[in-house]
Amino acid sequence: MPRASVLLAEAGTRDLKQLSEYRKIGGYKSLARARAREPQSIVDELIESNLRGRGGAFFPMGRKASFLAKGTGKPTYLVVNADESEPGTFKDREIMFSSPHRLIEGCLITAHAAQVDRVFIYIRGEYLREFEILRAALEQVRDAGLLGGVTIVVHRGAGAYICGEESALLESLEGKRGQPRSRPPFPAVSGLYAAPTLINNVETISTVPVVLEVGGKEYAKLGTPPNSTGTRVFSLSGNVRNGGNYELAIGTTLRELIEDLGGGVPDGRELKAIIPGGSSVPVLTPDQIDTPLDADSMAEAGSLLGSGGVIVIDDRCCMVQLGLRVAQFYMHESCGKCTPCREGTRWMVQILHKIEDGRSEQSELDLLLDICDRILGKCLCPLGDAAAMPIASYVDKFRAEFQEHIDHGGCPFGGESSLEGVVAPVEQGHSLTRIVSEAHA
Amino acid sequence: MSAVRPLAREIEALMAEYPDGRSATLPALRLAQERYGWLSPDALREVADALGTTPAFCESVASFYDMFHLAPVGRHLVEVCTNVSCALVGAQQVLEAFEAELGIGPGETTEDGEITLRTVECAGGCGWGTVVVVDHRYREPVRPEGVPAIVEELRSA
Repeated sequence: MPRASVLLAEAGTRDLKQLSEYRKIGGYKSLARARAREPQSIVDELIESNLRGRGGAFFPMGRKASFLAKGTGKPTYLVVNADESEPGTFKDREIMFSSPHRLIEGCLITAHAAQVDRVFIYIRGEYLREFEILRAALEQVRDAGLLGGVTIVVHRGAGAYICGEESALLESLEGKRGQPRSRPPFPAVSGLYAAPTLINNVETISTVPVVLEVGGKEYAKLGTPPNSTGTRVFSLSGNVRNGGNYELAIGTTLRELIEDLGGGVPDGRELKAIIPGGSSVPVLTPDQIDTPLDADSMAEAGSLLGSGGVIVIDDRCCMVQLGLRVAQFYMHESCGKCTPCREGTRWMVQILHKIEDGRSEQSELDLLLDICDRILGKCLCPLGDAAAMPIASYVDKFRAEFQEHIDHGGCPFGGESSLEGVVAPVEQGHSLTRIVSEAHA
Repeated sequence: MSAVRPLAREIEALMAEYPDGRSATLPALRLAQERYGWLSPDALREVADALGTTPAFCESVASFYDMFHLAPVGRHLVEVCTNVSCALVGAQQVLEAFEAELGIGPGETTEDGEITLRTVECAGGCGWGTVVVVDHRYREPVRPEGVPAIVEELRSA
């Protein structure tokens, strides 16, 4: 049985929003034990566990904590990234909704380990209910005297995907437009208010109490050691019967998630493609469904574990329309700071529109790949890569379908694609896209 | 009206939560928007004064974030997610049902100023699509046949 409820243990059977219920399952015991220990020994434990960042970058949390600059004369901050916005991902929301105290306990343990007395949880503005739940849980923790001198502020974003990128998040938390910073210096040296800052994702921080409970050495045996230890909460969506969040040992296969737990593709349709880690990662094809969901296997398959958002796509979907919709998203969310991303995402949208409408020249397919190539690895932050990687992979894996659009002067689905006519936010009302594509045509 | 605290006082309280009060820019803008419905030039001036910054700074920040309105919106806000996961399971049909029911397109407000309809990027409810956010509260999943009841609910609210 691949299901492993660790982070979300008893979340389905108890109301873990209540401090008393969370305590019944051993809640805040790890915190008490942690506070009796030397901070450095906790960092060492995290390093031994090889707990890696669950936001998408998969960087080892313990190592990140060990990079924090010491003796700067400034306070050190802990910032929790709860700005979950990667399309297809809704796991952090689940954790905050159904087990908010696990996140708070993780914050307090990490605060002790990093010797921090101020914690900021930056939660995406749209997650209003989860914000309210966190605030209520914090109130209980405060009343119970568990804060131990630590202040936790829950800070709401206001609708910007880019603020999930750590340096943009810091800018936003400082009250500015969420535009990424150039690095170095990295946040561990100069982060929030130019002070040393540790930034971790909700799921990562929520795993910390578990690591302390079982011990780093034992935790490192879970999942697919040595590189992909532990569990992850995978978000399953798209053309699948039972969408939702599933906490699984890392290394569970896509087939187990999609078919055994998710119930497979409904309506008698065929599986066409799988996006395994949020919309920014390269797409996989049905023959890759036995790929384990761990970092090494995903890399071998040519994709990424990313944010753990698995999107299932059936055979009604036109891949050019999918590419267009994904490109429109990244264009909308591009902050405009650096040229390859700002210009490239717009250009990609224009070309994909032309291919879909049957107005493109043969050379534009290669131009599209060329643009992706000129974005990849050439931007200040990963948003550019996030836009280029999926589009390049759609062309690569479904080139015949793109070619068919060009050869037949339009969409071979003839208006029957599942994504036909979808209105993206960039196209509503006064649309930049529409004006631009008319000028371009 | 004496029961309403001046915005400046409330913004001061928000600023006190942070080591640097400028961090309260987003919360302050949200507060002003909740009070006035949208961020008019007057509202931006008021927020700027309270924060000790300029209206232009406040406007530049507000314009970066999708949840801030720099133009008036309806009393109710209906947002339909049309990102990939929702689109795969019929978001466009849900949007069209709202269009038919309200007689407006995405990005528009009904003539009586009651309801604004717009599409939004991934709201983070992908497994339960189509996600529709009504006045900041998630409805998931919404199917086209469920749309008239939502509109009816808003009209009678």
